[in-house]
Amino acid sequence: MTGLNTQSYTIQFNEPLALKSGAQLGSYSLEVQTYGQLNSLKTNAVLVCHALNASHHVAGKDQTTNQTGWWDNMIGPGKPLDTDHFFVIGVNNLGSCFGSTGPMSIDPSTNKPYGSTFPLVTVEDWVDSQARVADHFGIQKFAAVMGGSLGGMQALSWGIQYPQRVAHCLIIASAANLSAQNIAFNEIARNAIMSDPDFYEGNYYAHQVTPRRGLRVARMIGHITYLSNDDMAEKFGRELKRIKGAPQDYQFSFDTEFEVESYLRYQGEKFADYFDANTYLLITRALDYFDPAKTMGGDLSKALEVIQSKSLVVSFTTDWRFAPERSRELVKALLDNKKSVTYAEIDAPHGHDAFLLDDARYHAIIRAYFSRMQEELT
Amino acid sequence: MSRQVIRADFSAIAKWIKPQSTLLDLGCGDGEFLEYIRAQKNVQTYGVEISDFSVLACVEKGLDVIQQDLEAGLALFENQSFDMVVLSQTLQTIHETESILKEIVRVGKECVISFPNFAHWSHRIDILLGRMPVSKSLPYDWYNTPNVRVLTIADFEALASQIGIKIIDRVVLHEGKELSWGVNLLGSLAIYRVQSA
Repeated sequence: MTGLNTQSYTIQFNEPLALKSGAQLGSYSLEVQTYGQLNSLKTNAVLVCHALNASHHVAGKDQTTNQTGWWDNMIGPGKPLDTDHFFVIGVNNLGSCFGSTGPMSIDPSTNKPYGSTFPLVTVEDWVDSQARVADHFGIQKFAAVMGGSLGGMQALSWGIQYPQRVAHCLIIASAANLSAQNIAFNEIARNAIMSDPDFYEGNYYAHQVTPRRGLRVARMIGHITYLSNDDMAEKFGRELKRIKGAPQDYQFSFDTEFEVESYLRYQGEKFADYFDANTYLLITRALDYFDPAKTMGGDLSKALEVIQSKSLVVSFTTDWRFAPERSRELVKALLDNKKSVTYAEIDAPHGHDAFLLDDARYHAIIRAYFSRMQEELT
Repeated sequence: MSRQVIRADFSAIAKWIKPQSTLLDLGCGDGEFLEYIRAQKNVQTYGVEISDFSVLACVEKGLDVIQQDLEAGLALFENQSFDMVVLSQTLQTIHETESILKEIVRVGKECVISFPNFAHWSHRIDILLGRMPVSKSLPYDWYNTPNVRVLTIADFEALASQIGIKIIDRVVLHEGKELSWGVNLLGSLAIYRVQSA
């Protein structure tokens, strides 16, 4: 077992990127982190796509921030996606707030932060920008593109947009588009942010404030949807937030009474500290817009006809934000085209969050899948 | 109990499978048959399996497998979308017998169905002696068997004609050898090639 071999890059792109909206981004930079070693034929690269609030820091502990990568239990030496064999790339997506060009960046045409003028980016735009990252490393074809939730949408979109440049798509806890309920949750979150008096139409940077209240509510809503009902019942139940031994009587106030409130407030507070509100708007919109079947009159099977890669689709039984039936739609569309596909439905209690957790059955499947892939490489 | 005896149906089934065809193995277990048939013929295969352990075994073998409960039907698969659908020694474990039989002939242009024959003479003797049979083809005790619908060759053929399933071919085996007469008495494993009537 060798080390993680983490390398960080800020890659500057000066060739304009045409966006799906019709807008164009003249130049931009992407934060990238890599792990492991690219082999001499450059065939062992795996792109890991992040979801709403994550970043290019996928694995390992950051020396300066002391933070652990968001998929550290999955990726590293000896882990299911083994960096002793695969070269793993994490990219912070355009419009995100962890260093890549986004609403917080300075617009060279105004010398002010983009703020609300940052163009709306889509999953397809991200995939296009990630393809340029592949070019940067001289990678003609990814061994795999992998992601959960919104990251899974990117993996799927890779299969559609660059069928010859990806051998395997790993689409975890995801869907081929958002349901009305999902869009509705996103809309509540956006509404919370946009109605915060500190939002200033997205140009809050100039006022040296952040719409913290909106961000907090957005995160609280999101968090509820990432957990299963059982999971919340188990974690919090109706426990009151009290010092050990203190009486369990109600305080008859709107202060934090229940453990679950305390948890949500803490999560909201933490999120408001580090996440950019404009990014939240942008990324939830990218989620809403993703719908590869749309250009095919809603026919997902037709949209997936172009795919050449093999797919692994994974869902979790208690995930109601990206429910198993949404994954099965995807599996069916792949089967309709007789594409190579494996589908695992993991019986896990943790809702949508399960894709980030260390579940033995889930990790065993991913590990086995990558082991086979590794045999194909050698 | 040797593996060859249990899975003697493999080679019988393989004869009915055309090269370059598509094949769906329902209740594929660890993917033993799929691995066997892929080595024999150039076929595109998928397995369907419910158990986590078996799904993992299939992934380890590099086989395409779909995790789902067969009792829930085959909504993932379009009409006549496979050249061959195999239900190998699985029918007796399914509650929704009629519906799965109708489903497989809907999905497959042809289908193979195999099952242990409950009417084998040794089973009959066990019953006469007042005990549930435990044999090579039915290796479980009554209290731990995954089988929920034991059936005989005569039973299957009666149901098939009742629900619009046409039998194209039949092979009955005992100890891995094909029988030509007295099959419902002497056969321990029945294998049918069927299609929608």
